[in-house]
Amino acid sequence: MRHLDEYRDPALLRALERELAALRPAPVNLMEVCGTHTMAAARFGLRQALPEGVELLSGPGCPVCVTPTREVDRFLAAGAAPGTILATFGDMLRVPGSRSNLERERARGADVRVLYSAADAVALARSRPERQVIFFAVGFETTAPTVAMTLLEADAGGVGNFSILCAHRIVPPALKALVLAGEVNVGGFILPGHVSTIIGSRPYEFLAREHRMPCVIAGFEPTDLLRAVLMLLRQRAEQRPQVEIEYSRVVKPGGNERAQAVMERVFEVCDAEWRGLGMIAGSGLRLREEFRRFDAASRFGLLAPDTQDPPECRCGEVLRGVVRPTDCTLFGNACTPEHPVGPCMVSTEGTCAAYYKYRPSPDG
Amino acid sequence: MNDETILLSHGAGGERMARLIAEVFVAAFDNPTLRELGDSAVAPIEAGRLAFTTDAFVITPIFFPGGDIGHLSVCGTVNDLAAAGARPLHLSAAFIIEEGLPLADLKRVVASMKAAADEARASVIAGDTKVVPHGAADKMFITTSGVGVVPEGVDISPARARVGDAVLINGFIGDHGLAVLCAREGIELETPLRSDSAPLAGLVARVIEAAPETHCLRDPTRGGVAAALNEIAERSGACIELEETALPVREAARGACEILGLDPLHVANEGKMLVIVPEAQADAALAAMRRGRYGEGAARIGQVVEGPAGRVQLRTVLGTRRIVDRPVGEPMPRIC
Amino acid sequence: MCLAIPMKVESIEGTTALVDAAGTRRRVNVALVDDVAVGDYLLVHAGFAIAKVDEEEARRTLDLLRQLGDATS
Repeated sequence: MRHLDEYRDPALLRALERELAALRPAPVNLMEVCGTHTMAAARFGLRQALPEGVELLSGPGCPVCVTPTREVDRFLAAGAAPGTILATFGDMLRVPGSRSNLERERARGADVRVLYSAADAVALARSRPERQVIFFAVGFETTAPTVAMTLLEADAGGVGNFSILCAHRIVPPALKALVLAGEVNVGGFILPGHVSTIIGSRPYEFLAREHRMPCVIAGFEPTDLLRAVLMLLRQRAEQRPQVEIEYSRVVKPGGNERAQAVMERVFEVCDAEWRGLGMIAGSGLRLREEFRRFDAASRFGLLAPDTQDPPECRCGEVLRGVVRPTDCTLFGNACTPEHPVGPCMVSTEGTCAAYYKYRPSPDG
Repeated sequence: MNDETILLSHGAGGERMARLIAEVFVAAFDNPTLRELGDSAVAPIEAGRLAFTTDAFVITPIFFPGGDIGHLSVCGTVNDLAAAGARPLHLSAAFIIEEGLPLADLKRVVASMKAAADEARASVIAGDTKVVPHGAADKMFITTSGVGVVPEGVDISPARARVGDAVLINGFIGDHGLAVLCAREGIELETPLRSDSAPLAGLVARVIEAAPETHCLRDPTRGGVAAALNEIAERSGACIELEETALPVREAARGACEILGLDPLHVANEGKMLVIVPEAQADAALAAMRRGRYGEGAARIGQVVEGPAGRVQLRTVLGTRRIVDRPVGEPMPRIC
Repeated sequence: MCLAIPMKVESIEGTTALVDAAGTRRRVNVALVDDVAVGDYLLVHAGFAIAKVDEEEARRTLDLLRQLGDATS
């Protein structure tokens, strides 16, 4: 496959590994903040290819993981109304609410549809005018523009039986919160490649300027990841923290202006709760007044319930990179992909699920 | 028969049902034992060990690129028998049909079953028909059982994998699950992928003849190659290592997996057989597969190695290793 | 939410395009990307194109990597 296979060339990978080894870097923790990076690193056993002492931590980059329990509960509550169709991305099916999840509610008779695109939800609403279709709008800046476009289409088409439960989050404020918390020793960030196709590199500049943090926006293939690590280690060695773009074939410094504009048009920034990080100012998106009638929470009077995360669950600390999944007492026994406790294990991209699924063989 | 659709009365045990059985099932499957329509089918037994298997098929949609529920049900049962080293002999087929199913669909499914059974040199000698109200079944459910005989000297078992054995497969993985998923989910993915649904008794016979020391056979259906090998690794107390670069995956299947975020090792196959055989006979087994139908793309994909019992691991394109677990739940397209 | 792959544009119809990756085709919304032409590679996420693959940059990246390979081997 073009623009994919070339970045898995073993010869290029060998060369990058040699170059990394030749650097003889001092021990350092690097953090990737994108769930898809977590998956990719695990899928390719990337940690085993890094030089001794270079550790790769996973930060709060999985939008499924950081969706608070109460949002899941709200979405499930929305499904209780008769005639409702709950439309969701497949990733959300087994995310635990405080008492149930979408998969179980589907088994109990709730009409839950897994979709691949927000646009499919509007098409569904059009085809079933007698039903209410509520779409769980989860995702970062990669997904938010696609939902924004979908809302514009619903608006233009007068699709009255469509609404969204808006749970979008945006990345830069969470990174800011991370570095301000200062709770983990991170020497560089591998920044999310696809979020950055939308927002560009400028929103991250403050990390390099104000916090002297090396940053590289990376793609998702093995050569992308190894090259990003190389670029970060070089920034550190040369004491030149900046925001570099490794994924230059699709990420431009200014990002995708059209996508940004459409997000601006439909959404406005608000404060939002992140599982494990608490409330972060200006880190969420909500529908603008003009589009508020598409907000399921308003339309159906969905209150945010009072929910508790299970006390032994350490997803919050895992997401902040403070502990490894293996440090959590629940990991691998009470909490496994088969019966997860927190979203870090439920999401196919969750840090704990990736650790569990792709744990390295002892000799690997 | 005038009826265009299946009605409740077709399952009620009366005149309509008798006509349905005669004009659809007996006419298609067409063998003396079935024509007897006794309460039980009676057939002579060969000396040897009996292999016996049963499976229910509830696939949606019932017609998909490359096959249908009927073809699938016969191949599934035949392949389970073959995986025990057995020669398939007799099959039964029990149908639960949703009221309102077009008769033409039923005939089409039954014709597929006949074709698959003929290819496997087995016959459907017993059956049952029930019709349930609209909504109580999704078009049609089929349960097939099969018996076969395991020849003397053949000892195939999931517990027999040993260090040094080669792990082989007869061709491309992932086609069936992807073809069905794309047809079912209406994701509007057009792939040229077709189900690989196929009866493999002939292929297995070739392999056993060329490599009589074959230790394990397994058809990687639900859960894919990952699930099948995990079962063998567990039962054998062995460690199996796969080579990522050696896995045979069609370009189109790779593309669909990348788009949907699926792992080809987790996707169901219906015309594939994993063969675990001592290294000394691996080349012979491969040649035997490649020599005939359904084995043209046969490949060596890994080996049984020293390592933790019950583990399946993959040597990645990077040269690092990672564990291959069974999939959790139904593989769903993800966007993350 | 980051799963996106490069797909080649086969045809364009208004705000949608038929795109292909290794023989698998999809109809996607291209309204978020400027100047889409047949033959372009688009990064596709959740049924929408979100960026165009810059062939020149891709070539440069691979050249850089290959030079690295030559230098270190």
